[in-house]
Amino acid sequence: MPKLPIGLWVEWIVDWAQVNLEELFDFITLIIKILVSGIETVFLAVHPLIVIFLVFILIWFVSNRKIAVGTAIGLYLIYNMQLWKPSIETLSLVLAAAALALLIGIPLGILTARSDLAHRIIMPLLDFMQTMPAFVYLIPAVLFFGLGQVPGLFATVVFAMPPTIRLTGLGIRQVPTQLVEASNAFGSTEWQKLTKVQIPLALPTIMAGINQCIMLSLSMVVIAAMIGAGGLGNEVLAGISRLDIAKGFEGGLAIVIMAIILDRVTQSLSEKRKVKV
Amino acid sequence: MSKIIVKNLVKIFGDHPEKAQKMMQEGYCKDEILKKTGQTVGVFDINFSVDEGEVFVLMGLSGSGKSTLLRCINRLIEPTKGSITIDDRDITLADPNYIREMRRKKISMVFQRFALFPHRTVLDNVAYGLEIQGAAMAERREKAARIIETVGLKGWEHSMPDQLSGGMQQRVGLARALANNPDILLMDEAFSALDPLIRKNMQDELLSLQNTLNKTIIFVTHDLDEALKMGDRIALMNNGTIVQIGTAEEILTNPANDYVEKFVENVDRTKLLTAEGVMKAPDPVVFLKDGPHVALRRMKEHGISSIFVVARDRGLEGLVLAEDALQAVKEHKEFKDIIIKDIPRVSADTPLKDVIPIIAGTRFPVAVTGVENKLMGILVKGSVLAGMARRGNNIA
Repeated sequence: MPKLPIGLWVEWIVDWAQVNLEELFDFITLIIKILVSGIETVFLAVHPLIVIFLVFILIWFVSNRKIAVGTAIGLYLIYNMQLWKPSIETLSLVLAAAALALLIGIPLGILTARSDLAHRIIMPLLDFMQTMPAFVYLIPAVLFFGLGQVPGLFATVVFAMPPTIRLTGLGIRQVPTQLVEASNAFGSTEWQKLTKVQIPLALPTIMAGINQCIMLSLSMVVIAAMIGAGGLGNEVLAGISRLDIAKGFEGGLAIVIMAIILDRVTQSLSEKRKVKV
Repeated sequence: MSKIIVKNLVKIFGDHPEKAQKMMQEGYCKDEILKKTGQTVGVFDINFSVDEGEVFVLMGLSGSGKSTLLRCINRLIEPTKGSITIDDRDITLADPNYIREMRRKKISMVFQRFALFPHRTVLDNVAYGLEIQGAAMAERREKAARIIETVGLKGWEHSMPDQLSGGMQQRVGLARALANNPDILLMDEAFSALDPLIRKNMQDELLSLQNTLNKTIIFVTHDLDEALKMGDRIALMNNGTIVQIGTAEEILTNPANDYVEKFVENVDRTKLLTAEGVMKAPDPVVFLKDGPHVALRRMKEHGISSIFVVARDRGLEGLVLAEDALQAVKEHKEFKDIIIKDIPRVSADTPLKDVIPIIAGTRFPVAVTGVENKLMGILVKGSVLAGMARRGNNIA
């Protein structure tokens, strides 16, 4: 039996999309650029120490004191290592990617919980997205969006979205049937049932999905740097290519600090919302 | 007037209800049908009607189809065939908008495991039904607070459900159902998850609430004692069909078939239908050593005209009348001489049917005695009538 030209087929589809959907890609590029550079501009507008202080105050109030102090120390260390600007670039990319992944992922997750058909179609797609090596996404991303932050963000969104969909769907399916039944018995519309009962009760699980989404976005950053997404990934890549241990380690350390901060903050937010079912 | 009329109702779970229905008509049982067709018969050929203001009990063991039947009435479960008429409208034909309105305004439900929303306060749980109808925050909270007071939970409005005991949680469940001011209450094993003492309290409270509210209630239970206590009429279910419908008395005295008879055998008849079940505590009494002065004072304190006399071991000696005691005090008679020994007495397990003629034929209260002639309780006309009314039982 001859070899099936699966790779060729995919290539053909990508070529076709590149030619025919150019305007769509241009539009997406524009949106993403505005989003990422918007976040970047906000963070780079004032002196790093002021940003650190403001972030410290914010976390102190929305999360808890220990995390606020830890965050301030971590951010100061990044500033001290002179990695402030690449860190902000990375943060902007991560936040923008996570925001897009959530924007698409949460509604899809709700859909999988409400429709068995959607569940059966989407779940295998998620398996595919999660197991396909992340590097593979970079190729069509570059073809569609060129080099730079935009394809990096595209690949990151694809990579980080599955857990959001899965955990949102899981959270809603796990709402006890008797509560769904009670909601129906009082004459709720579908929308009321979703917003007043299912989503509030699924929130801890959905928050865990958001946390996973942000963590995965961050882990994609180094890979995205290979197609010019910049940020801390660049530092690490430069460290590798020049065998510069110091540079590589400092870049890596900054990523770890960012990861811990984002993880602790999102986790503490989800714990605050936990209710016993 | 019939509020709810159910006719030829069938619910079969599965993709080919026709097959199962045909087999059911041919007399196959549920298990055989499940094995042969893969269809589960929920309920089959159900007919009954419920009057306005009636408490109608669906009783049966688990798997008898009583919860399925209950859920057909507000269409949480879609019936396969048959009709359910509520206020002259067949709701099996109604569109989703009508059903939603009906659930909002006309029918509320109370659940076995309470099904309170854990993320909402007691107040917001009770206000849920009003909230989804679009009532303004202030209005719905005020209404909810009033209902919460009715069910005796004032002061707990801002607690979360998991801070409340089981009994209190079900009060919230009841309040939530009442907040919409529905005509019909569906209660799905509402008290079954509560421990016996709390359960009895809740039963009594629901009955006294029902006196003022006069709702049409369909009450599902697997507990015959509860069914007999709560129901104006009871439908006994087995294997998805109704075996017998009737008042408690009809079911107890005239079981329709072997199944009902077996079921009914397990009723605690001693508690339900005997002297012990309706007697008052033996208080006040005088002891033999006390004398006429004490007897007179006790009678005066309690506003009664006769009093039982017991020995130190509470063995019954007899009865003393107020006029005799008065005479004894005046004429310095012996206390022993004025005790009337020939008084009606019954044992604790005497059926109520036999007690009634005795009470009717005497001017004295009737003593209930246990082993060694010990005084266990007193029967007066008032307490017997009250006891019968409480159990909703026609004994005569």
